[in-house]
Amino acid sequence: MIEATAGKIAAGAVTGDEPEQGWWRANRELVCVPLLFVVVVGLWEGVIRWLEVPLYVVPPPSAIWRSLVNGLGSGLFVSNAFVTLSEALLGFAGAAVIAIALGSAIAQSRFVERVLYPYLIAIQTTPKVAVAPLFIIWFGFGITSKIIMAGIVSFFPILVNVITGLRSTDSQKIELMRSLRASRWQTFKMVKLPSALPMIFAGLHIAVIFSILGAIVGEFVGSKKGLGNLILQMNFNLDTAGVFAALVCLSTMGITLHLVMHWLQRRVVFWADHNQIPGV
Amino acid sequence: MSTTLSPTPTTIDTKSRTAEPGRSDAAALIRVAGLEKSYRSRDRSRTRALGPVSLDIARGEFITIVGPSGCGKSTLLKLIAGLIDRSAGSISMGGREINGPQHEIGVVFQSPVLLPWRTALENVMLPAAVQRLDLAKSRARGLELLGLVGLTDFAGKYPNELSGGMQQRVAIARALMHDPAVLLMDEPFGALDAMTRESMNVEIRRIWAESGKTILFVTHSIPEAVFLATRVLVLSARPGLVADVVDVDLGAERSLDIVTSDAFGVFTKRIRHHFQAKGMIE
Repeated sequence: MIEATAGKIAAGAVTGDEPEQGWWRANRELVCVPLLFVVVVGLWEGVIRWLEVPLYVVPPPSAIWRSLVNGLGSGLFVSNAFVTLSEALLGFAGAAVIAIALGSAIAQSRFVERVLYPYLIAIQTTPKVAVAPLFIIWFGFGITSKIIMAGIVSFFPILVNVITGLRSTDSQKIELMRSLRASRWQTFKMVKLPSALPMIFAGLHIAVIFSILGAIVGEFVGSKKGLGNLILQMNFNLDTAGVFAALVCLSTMGITLHLVMHWLQRRVVFWADHNQIPGV
Repeated sequence: MSTTLSPTPTTIDTKSRTAEPGRSDAAALIRVAGLEKSYRSRDRSRTRALGPVSLDIARGEFITIVGPSGCGKSTLLKLIAGLIDRSAGSISMGGREINGPQHEIGVVFQSPVLLPWRTALENVMLPAAVQRLDLAKSRARGLELLGLVGLTDFAGKYPNELSGGMQQRVAIARALMHDPAVLLMDEPFGALDAMTRESMNVEIRRIWAESGKTILFVTHSIPEAVFLATRVLVLSARPGLVADVVDVDLGAERSLDIVTSDAFGVFTKRIRHHFQAKGMIE
């Protein structure tokens, strides 16, 4: 970004354009994004004060900020966020491993696909939130039931993308491997899997965000800890500002995971045109 | 049928090959006899795409295959490569029947088909990786082959950093990696611009002369077919049959200037006549 700006200013100087105009064009997003935030927050604060809306209905941003600072200072948010993040990531990791393995088996064999397909459709079309109470019965109020919930919710986006990615391998590359007398496993390892990686990452992107959703739903149904649990408690106490502060923590967590995945994708799938990968 | 002007020094038994196609030849490296390929249409009738074709190929020949679109040139190549199954006839190499891809055959496809996550050198080394050969040795050979195709400085580059011509040269080096006796090339320069294509033609002639490989090369360009070949196989329209076999005795040393020579014109004219007679060229 800095290099591009410098280049544009230099180009402007050479062609005799006004440098300020070039600077504005290069940086207008950088200026407008925080500006929009300030305007919205300011309006929110102003309207709440002007209409004298009670704190427990909609809190003003200033109250949310105070809740956030207090919660972070006391370690309340951090300890609960750590629980939720652990549940989400463990569920996500488990789902990723199983979905990639199962998706590979399905993509390799029509037989496996035909046998499993009806069951996969049945599971996928069932609203997974509806089975959350059962997990509490089976796996208790602890972290396990949430890990499984997070895993189940993030499983299908990965599975679908693994199968689609592996199926869409360039047929010429497969023919090349046949001409080299490569085994099925070699073709899979050297050509199909790397070819599918951009698609698989698109699935992982969706899934990692879904895993937080799964963990929160699990916590809502029955839990002792976690940000979902905290939100429920604060709601009972009509601590609306606290609920909003917890939501800020959740979205920060989501944005961070998204950026980590983005970074990972650029490292792993370094050859792909990242503008053409869906879900990024 | 014979257009022999002078014996080509790179071939071993020029005299026996100047005879009619399909002739029994004890020295043949590849023997194609009565080869046919047909496909089942949607209405369950069978459509013959190729053949019957018979052909003997001697070690060290450079055979180009020309014919109108859809005549089955690529099919013939893929049959010899063992990538598709034949409907009738036989293909043997060194006396052994070919069923499926062979170790002794290297294939260069229409597009380079490089793996974008591998560097040029790693792409060249792919056949060695498949065969689990010694890494250090195959690395040395890979570099040597990149030198042969003039890409030593690009060993560490990824395919998207290379031009179309460079990518196809990497593909040629890859096909030579496991040192096959035969190289099958399916319109490898079809997607290149005219200038690059000409220089690639000169280069593939040089590689052929230096490596001593037997090359089968499919093209739809008549001048390219004549420039490259020791023998041109002319196929007729679908179903592809051998319309003519032309021995091109323009000598082993060929520069691009040869294209404008009278002798060159005689060959291209003869091949073009086959297509014009059947109205296959407008």
